[in-house]
Amino acid sequence: MIEFPPGLILVLGALLLPFASGVVRSALALLLPLATLVAVWLVPDNAHVTVPFMGDMEMTILQWNPPTRVFATIFSLMAFGGALFSLNQDRKVELPAAFVYAGSAVCVTFAGDMLSLFIFWEMMAVGSTIVVWSGNTEASGRAGLRYAAVHFVGGAVLMAGILAHVFALKAGGVESPLELGYYAFGPGGFDALSFSGVGDIAPWLILIGILINAATPPFGSWLADAYPEASESGTVFLSAFTTKTSVYVLMLLFAGTELLIYAGLIMAVYGIVYAILENDMRRILAYSIVNQVGFMVCGIGIGTEMALNGAAAHAFAHIIYKALLLMSAGSVLYMTGKRKCTDLGGLYHTMPITMWCGIIGALAISAFPWTSGFVSKSMISQAAADNHLFLAWMILTAASAGVFLHAGIKFPWFVFFQKDSGLRPPDPPWNMKAAMIFFAGLCILIGVFYEPLYAILPFPAAAGEVLYKPYTVSHVVSQLQLLLWSGLAFFLLLPVLKRTLTITLDFDWLWRSFFPWLWRNLLRPIVTVLGWIRDVFFIESKRLAAAFTREERPTGKADPFREWSLGSAMVLLTFTLFIFLVVGFMN
Amino acid sequence: MLDIPLDVQANLPVLIVLTPLLGGVIATFTGRGVLPWLWSTLVTGVTFALTIQMMMTLLASGEPFISYELGNWPKWWGIEYRVDLLNAFILLVVAGIGFITTVYARLSVQDEIPDDRHNVFYAVWILAITGLLGITITGDAFNVYVLLEISSLTVYALIAMGKDRDRRALTASLRYLILGSVGASFILLGIGYLMMVTGTLNMEDMHNQLLRMPDLDTNRTILVAFALLVVGLSLKMALYPLHMWLPKAYTYAPSAVSALLAATATKVGVYMAFRFLFGIFGVGFSFYAMPSHFVLLGMASLGIIFSSLTAIRQTNAKSLLAYSSVGQIGYIVAGFSLANPNGVAGSIVHIFNHAVTKGGMFMALGAIAYRVGGTDMKHLRGLGKRMPLTAGALALGGLGLIGFPLTAGFISKWYLVSGALDAGMWQLAVVVLIGSLFALVYVWKIIEALFFGEPTGRTAEATEAPLSMLIPIWVLIGLSIYFGVDTSFTADVATRAASSLLGGLP
Repeated sequence: MIEFPPGLILVLGALLLPFASGVVRSALALLLPLATLVAVWLVPDNAHVTVPFMGDMEMTILQWNPPTRVFATIFSLMAFGGALFSLNQDRKVELPAAFVYAGSAVCVTFAGDMLSLFIFWEMMAVGSTIVVWSGNTEASGRAGLRYAAVHFVGGAVLMAGILAHVFALKAGGVESPLELGYYAFGPGGFDALSFSGVGDIAPWLILIGILINAATPPFGSWLADAYPEASESGTVFLSAFTTKTSVYVLMLLFAGTELLIYAGLIMAVYGIVYAILENDMRRILAYSIVNQVGFMVCGIGIGTEMALNGAAAHAFAHIIYKALLLMSAGSVLYMTGKRKCTDLGGLYHTMPITMWCGIIGALAISAFPWTSGFVSKSMISQAAADNHLFLAWMILTAASAGVFLHAGIKFPWFVFFQKDSGLRPPDPPWNMKAAMIFFAGLCILIGVFYEPLYAILPFPAAAGEVLYKPYTVSHVVSQLQLLLWSGLAFFLLLPVLKRTLTITLDFDWLWRSFFPWLWRNLLRPIVTVLGWIRDVFFIESKRLAAAFTREERPTGKADPFREWSLGSAMVLLTFTLFIFLVVGFMN
Repeated sequence: MLDIPLDVQANLPVLIVLTPLLGGVIATFTGRGVLPWLWSTLVTGVTFALTIQMMMTLLASGEPFISYELGNWPKWWGIEYRVDLLNAFILLVVAGIGFITTVYARLSVQDEIPDDRHNVFYAVWILAITGLLGITITGDAFNVYVLLEISSLTVYALIAMGKDRDRRALTASLRYLILGSVGASFILLGIGYLMMVTGTLNMEDMHNQLLRMPDLDTNRTILVAFALLVVGLSLKMALYPLHMWLPKAYTYAPSAVSALLAATATKVGVYMAFRFLFGIFGVGFSFYAMPSHFVLLGMASLGIIFSSLTAIRQTNAKSLLAYSSVGQIGYIVAGFSLANPNGVAGSIVHIFNHAVTKGGMFMALGAIAYRVGGTDMKHLRGLGKRMPLTAGALALGGLGLIGFPLTAGFISKWYLVSGALDAGMWQLAVVVLIGSLFALVYVWKIIEALFFGEPTGRTAEATEAPLSMLIPIWVLIGLSIYFGVDTSFTADVATRAASSLLGGLP
């Protein structure tokens, strides 16, 4: 029986990796995630392990929470897939850091109290920052610092929230104020998140701390900023854990908080708008992470059993197909060294396996029937419909179409087809191919045999009942319609999306005048404003940071940072004494 | 350890000061070569063992404090040494760091200080530690001043010995000498006024006399004494904006001296503030009748923010860490000026946590200076590849400065923020968090240089630091991690010491 957090296998195993080389290292890299996976399933149902901390406190480091099984399973699986994909990398630090990152994510899912959850949460931040840095470029170094800073602020806000709540609870005479149960703010919806009272700031701080990690706008820019700067394999790891851990924690603490419906919808739309604007293939996929996590956050906001199951299932499916897509993009980058859509194209000639795996991933993210995306995403839409959330349902449906547009078609089209870039690279090394084929297989397997996934969801069906039937005629037909129409729209919009393209389509006068009009008068202003906001974040913030971090140079100007001369130091000393005397006297 | 002679056991408090005092004087006659170092290692080692024994005796006795009258003079005429949980803890820290830095110092001193001055260096070194230990252990206000002068004068000399590496050590030392003397004379004046009012020099007696005074809150003499003491102490502990002596002194002092000073000197200053504010004046006077709450918190908050910002802009890693020390003193002062249990406990824990973290980091920089010849950012560039263990120690220590979970810094931050929220001062919690954010940036600068640059010049040929340096470095860095995970000892001592301070015990 396993009496310790399974994630520690990965975390501690990672410390061994730098000392191994050759076959031993490869074996360790593949076996550690598998051992973790086995350990996750061997944890007894009633497990409850505590360790003492800071004298009088106790941390529960091992405990089953409703969504633990599905998240811990996919995190371990993902660590395996990522390790397989990165097996041929010679970067020494990346894989150990990724294992610490993944292992801490698994530990978060087993954490039974807020403090241990927070500690593992912060360990994830360290691991992931090092993964970003392992990109080993100037840009990845800078991006890593911004990434670390954002997550640090997020962690600080979260800690402040936890502390504030601990004090509110202690004042209320609660004995163990760190128990997770006291932090489940969800069912109260907006009620728990009110400003009427001192104690009520805590849920807000905790929520913001988590939403920063979930990349919710306006805190979400770090994701698309940092992920594409990591190495090919680093991005694959990064895509899986941080945002999905936030989904897990949100599900635990804020299920049913109405605000999250809107946050999720904004994320879904935000991801699409920026993904359409983007030219870097991995950044397109990074934006689509935001969009997909939006679906999950929205499901958590709806908060019914169906919605939560849907969010958890979608996280499971999403990790696999998003990793698959990024592996496909990573393989292209690895073989060609190019990352911009406009530099690529026509790769289907020589990279058939990468292309097919990319397409399967693209179909899965678009929720094409018989792929994993279909069996998970439809649960969230269904939950929205069941709760008569018309607006939410509408936007989710529109966003589904948008996903198909940018991730489902745009990515494979520009990379593998489109104009011929003249590049003729072969498929990547065997381990990258193996990882892609493994995940592509999973995408389809889950799409067809979805029962095992449904069985480990947070709210499994009662005995003899069916949890949810994805393959009804109306589901399949409506999804196919949606995909076909948005597919058509993509090719109609091609000239707008990319003016240099030579493809012309015969479109009739309505489209010829209506779409450009829509673009000019509605979409373009929105896009411009959003782009401007992004500039402010990325460029102005850098300029501000540069002003603060510029190195000390002797200047004649008065400057609060200047070294004090001895004389003025004396004056200051006397002045301080004076202040003390005066203030003391006035008292 | 338990089988020590009864005579030693009975005279432990005075032996803790006498051993290094005599040892330091004898060190002058140890000649050249390795002997001065061997002797000082022995002396500091014995002193460290004595402080451990002291702590164990105190814990075993179950008494709140152990009082020792020098020469059997009654304490209101003679000098009383008094050991309670708080100063037993500080003694342990000072003697422990003193021992570890002495072990570390051998190669660094060989490299930075001419051969013929080693005996003098170690003599002064041991005497500096003596002064710090004496300040901590004594229960007599005037004795504090005497020992403060011993430690200050020796520290000026130690800093000046950096002159063979960089002439600016001399001006840095002179600067500290001038400012430090002014600070010390403020303290002396303050003690003088107090004696005038109370007629005694014994701290406990002073406290009782003060409490007995009907016009305590309005007495002008006491007000002036209080102001002089607080300003003098603020200067000694380098509280912003009275920190102007510190950055240059730490930067140009010999590497081992920087490590010793950063870990102990300012901490003892904080300890003096504890004794005077909580012990002699008492919480009621210091924090309610007087405006210390407001003024000290303000100075500490400004210090946290401005010195961290200044640290970000440094190009020399040593002065970066020096400015960071000023910021960390801000945390310590902010903690005790809250005058509530969590805040004071956070302050005490941070004295220890910061001592081991910063001591380890300065030693790591010393090892770099030993291998590469300097601690400018350009010297650090790419060292992650050449000196992975030293660079790793710096990075881990940096995490501690940021206050990352599972490092000792997190524990301090936790107590501090708890204390701030207890007192309803959420603004301070914000300052602490902003300060840690700035810490992230300056630690990043070091990490970036270490791990992302390409080595050039001497850096490219550098090899890993010698074991005699690596072991002390990793002992301290290891402690900073260990006490981030297992906090039972530090947290327990700190909370108990905090409650006794707040209880008004002198």
